[in-house]
Amino acid sequence: MGLSILTQKIEAARAAGRTALIPFLPGGYPDQTRFWEEMEGLDTSGADIIEIGVPFSDPVADGPVVEEASLACLEHGISLQWILDGLKSRPTRFQAAIVLMGYYNPFLQYGLEAFASDAAEAGVSGCIIPDLPLEESAPLREALAKKGLALVYLVGLNTEPERLDLYARHAAGFVYFVSVLGTTGVRELLPEEIAGRLKVAKERLGLPIALGFGLKSPDQLKALGGLADAAVFGSALISHVKSGRPAAEFMARWQGA
Amino acid sequence: MHKGYFGDYGGMFVPELLMPPLLEVEKAYEEIVPTKSFQDRLNQVLRDFVGRPTPLFRCPNLSAELGFDLWLKREDLAHTGAHKINNTIGQGLLAKMMGKTTLMAETGAGQHGVATATAAAMLGLKSVVFMGAIDVVRQAHNVHRMKLMGCEVIPVHSGTQTLKDAINAALRHWISEQASTHYCFGTAAGPHPFPLLVRAFQSVIGREAKAQMLAATGRLPDTVVACVGGGSNAIGMFHEFVPHPEVEIVGVEAAGTGEPGCFHSAPLNVGTDGVLHGMLTKLLQTKEGQILPSHSIAPGLDYPGVGPEHAHLQAVGRARYESVNDSQALAAFSTLCRKEGILPALESSHALAWVLANRETIRPGSQVAVCLSGRGDKDMGIIAEAEAKGLM
Repeated sequence: MGLSILTQKIEAARAAGRTALIPFLPGGYPDQTRFWEEMEGLDTSGADIIEIGVPFSDPVADGPVVEEASLACLEHGISLQWILDGLKSRPTRFQAAIVLMGYYNPFLQYGLEAFASDAAEAGVSGCIIPDLPLEESAPLREALAKKGLALVYLVGLNTEPERLDLYARHAAGFVYFVSVLGTTGVRELLPEEIAGRLKVAKERLGLPIALGFGLKSPDQLKALGGLADAAVFGSALISHVKSGRPAAEFMARWQGA
Repeated sequence: MHKGYFGDYGGMFVPELLMPPLLEVEKAYEEIVPTKSFQDRLNQVLRDFVGRPTPLFRCPNLSAELGFDLWLKREDLAHTGAHKINNTIGQGLLAKMMGKTTLMAETGAGQHGVATATAAAMLGLKSVVFMGAIDVVRQAHNVHRMKLMGCEVIPVHSGTQTLKDAINAALRHWISEQASTHYCFGTAAGPHPFPLLVRAFQSVIGREAKAQMLAATGRLPDTVVACVGGGSNAIGMFHEFVPHPEVEIVGVEAAGTGEPGCFHSAPLNVGTDGVLHGMLTKLLQTKEGQILPSHSIAPGLDYPGVGPEHAHLQAVGRARYESVNDSQALAAFSTLCRKEGILPALESSHALAWVLANRETIRPGSQVAVCLSGRGDKDMGIIAEAEAKGLM
């Protein structure tokens, strides 16, 4: 597989002297119409990559904000199929690269080969699956690779260098570095340990690193002195959209971070 | 790759942040559990604190009526009233040797929560138990028991507010508290190594039953029967007999009300392959892969998944899995009370109900051993409700 579009997007941001921005929005949130409007808003206000959340009934890695949004989407009938169909039916592609983030079971039930094929057709560049560690990831990774899509792995503060080396052999696109030993959701402070761990991860993985879980304000990134190539924000953005304000307004705060 | 699998089922489908603590438990399972010093200590506690061995009791009245010998493995006589204590004592001892200070658990009906709180109190560990908010109300008696033992009970308000959501909450809590806390998983399910670890501590049931049966009759039982929710009492009963092909193995799932549209708890009978709570197994789910709620009159069977080893034993044909509905279980409950003076848990009543329902097909003179996994005192509220509704 050539250099993933995901890697290219983050490298381009770096070349322009900024941290790449990766907003996360659950598919179909806050409703089925506004979701596509918010996607447009994110796309035209500086998102380099957009993560679309695929709802699941039992989201074990998520905090209360993402879980509540995800369960609301399920109640509104949002499925992996709905997201793929929506992407396919758009007349033009987003400028930002699209990544789907969700738990493994809905992808497994869709059928891994069928999913990879439909996702490629829908213009998706990769997947992030929080409950799929390296040991269980080969079937999806291989199905995606056949269609040129990347399986983006997550590592964290407790991933030792030896495990980072194992991930380095199979990682593609970028690597998602989870900044807290916890679930998604904003935190007041980033642990001091992060900087050291991020540095080791960058050296071992050889791919751009996106920092996520806990991000609330651009100041948190500045404190890390450019160690993170990209920033993912979910809970803070969801809370913003939930209050009725447009996603693009939220993005403006992060531009130039 | 296939470490942690039973045939096609099992695995470790968890966030990377949980891999280090799971690998730590795996290492402890492999390096500490088999040692003589651990086994000696475990056996001593099982004898002096839990009250093992539990008896294997031949039901005199029912055996005469049925025309075959009905034996009950009396886990209801273990401390705290169910087999759950075998596992929590084992994991509690292990957690101490791993240097952990807190035992954390999920609970549905509260039996595993009580057993965890009990083991923690005796071993000088802290205990934290996650319980669905609906279960906290339904099982107030067990919540009280846990609190009396110094346990912190945390109600879970997300999702269906029952066992599956309590497991989600416990997994989340473990991510942040992994340095100090051992997750004392309550059944032979979840991510590797829990199915193996729980089996290691529950298989004492079958080991004792086999020795007791040989001592009493000079032969192995023809059939062993146990109820299956997550499947810990069942795998504990079955494991010793799996290598003996002449012993028939029957697991009994809960069919709920049996009415159309009932959310039952029988994934082995009607579920499909999928991933939940860290394992690939049989699940109640939609075709899009969303987990469906379950239902049974027996709270301990009320779970949309099942331990992966049961899915494997079914796939290879070594065990078969049947189902029994709420009213059959209630009838078996009454029968055992009246005929033998034993008040069984509604979960265990499912296993007994299968035997009673299949009395015609069981060969006269057979030896049938049922795991009576717990006592029914905890179910008195449900029984009173069923009586009031005229279901009994």
